[in-house]
Amino acid sequence: MSLDYTSSEMMTVTAARALENGMTCFVGIGLPSEAANLARLTHAPDVVLIYESGTLQTKPDVLPLSIGDGELCESALTTVSVPEMFRYWLQGGKVSVGFLGTAQIDRFANLNTTLIGDYHDPKVRLPGGGGAPEIATNAGEVFITLKHSRRAFVKDVDFVTTLGFGRDGKGRDGVPNIGRGPTRVITDLCVMKPDPETKELTVVSLHPGVTREDVVEATGWEIRFAEHLESTPEPSAHELEILRDLKARTDRKHAGE
Amino acid sequence: MAEFLSLHDAVARYVEDGATVAMEGFTHLIPFAAGHEVIRQRKRDLTLIRMTPDLVYDQLIGAGCAKKVIFSWGGNPGVGSLHRLRDAVEKGWPHRVEILEHSHAAMACAFEAGAAGLPLAVLRGYVGSELPNVNDQIKFIECPFTGERLAAVPAVRPDVSIVHAQKADRKGNVLVEGIVGVQKEAVLAAKHSIVTVEEIVDDLTAEPDYHPNACVIPGWAISAVAVAEKGSYPSYTHGYYPRDNRFYKEWDTIARDRDAFSQWLDANVYQQVTNPAGGAS
Repeated sequence: MSLDYTSSEMMTVTAARALENGMTCFVGIGLPSEAANLARLTHAPDVVLIYESGTLQTKPDVLPLSIGDGELCESALTTVSVPEMFRYWLQGGKVSVGFLGTAQIDRFANLNTTLIGDYHDPKVRLPGGGGAPEIATNAGEVFITLKHSRRAFVKDVDFVTTLGFGRDGKGRDGVPNIGRGPTRVITDLCVMKPDPETKELTVVSLHPGVTREDVVEATGWEIRFAEHLESTPEPSAHELEILRDLKARTDRKHAGE
Repeated sequence: MAEFLSLHDAVARYVEDGATVAMEGFTHLIPFAAGHEVIRQRKRDLTLIRMTPDLVYDQLIGAGCAKKVIFSWGGNPGVGSLHRLRDAVEKGWPHRVEILEHSHAAMACAFEAGAAGLPLAVLRGYVGSELPNVNDQIKFIECPFTGERLAAVPAVRPDVSIVHAQKADRKGNVLVEGIVGVQKEAVLAAKHSIVTVEEIVDDLTAEPDYHPNACVIPGWAISAVAVAEKGSYPSYTHGYYPRDNRFYKEWDTIARDRDAFSQWLDANVYQQVTNPAGGAS
């Protein structure tokens, strides 16, 4: 029997499944935070979630609106200063996976959260780097999740805020003491992984009901598909129930504040 | 030893036109009351440093106080853009504001280096990022021991740092707990510092207010303590009041429009009197 679910739910559940018990995840706000907490509330109760505000091993009951909501601190094992978070825990190599969102991503998984247009005459000024530039290089690997659109998936980002594999796919070659970089990108249409050789993002799995044409249409470069293209497993009733409860709790909490 | 001043007097004494000012607080404990006092006193040409400019710098920028902003993430957390920051950068309203942007890791390290009295911070950072192309304060150095290429940024050394905290005692010792951000580093890195607090208690080194590891900043390391009740609203103070997430969402509408912003500023900042609470006596 097929369940009723939205493409956003499909994305969140798929992103959540990427996390496993035993991982220590440095969580970005928004979609990554939603997925990471769904993982913690379903198949990965022991995944360690840390947020750049300094909250270590946090178990929020509702999703935070900001990276430093009180909920994150109150439900954390401990809270450290921001310099300690970035220096000891992230740069010190204690983070196995960084989970990031972005405004723009290109074929080599470089991320742009700085601006659209020219740096000195921007069309749209975006918030900037935040924690991402060092999360992406100091975490063991990086998962990225965002909605699929031509505006977001561009051949070359306007600005490399955060390294994927560089403008030529070779940006990590020979650089010592950094992580593997992006290992998967989860969207509302598909899952992509970097090609082992060229590092160009390649579709490895299509979500149920999504066609190759849908992905081509929503991607700003000639997207490649893996030889053995898989079909992403549907969300389970349990995952959907937990996710919907989490979102309803979150909405009630933020509406009441 | 910290001097107990009214917020008005503390800002008047330590925040001069043209000064480099860091108002810190990572989402938590953002010193809004102090920011509003800076706006009311119409301070100008400030270089404003903050990892996350947040609404407080959006307001200062829109009010015309800023010459330059040094930051690492300039958004409205969980909501979207800081429209006053964007308007200043994209359209030069109310005047052009210079920006210098870093990553969080680099700024956190730069505050720490400032507190440690070093000229620079070293980090394994900015690998492959194009931020060094647009920020000439990001350099790379070679480790003299291993040869590894590492990023270097200058230490943050503000003329004055302003932070908000839960409480101070009568000697000016300050308790900060919850998400502590870079507040301690900001205070220690600055020439002068102002700490606003929710309340004054008798003695933080004795029961019932004793907290052995709760980031007590000694009073002798602080220039001035000023009471500002609800001084971090609409941000929050752990143990006192929650973040007003609804206001953060409303700010998007207010700040999007120059007239709506100016009206808000007039009603909520210029026409408000300075928090009258002051000394500890």
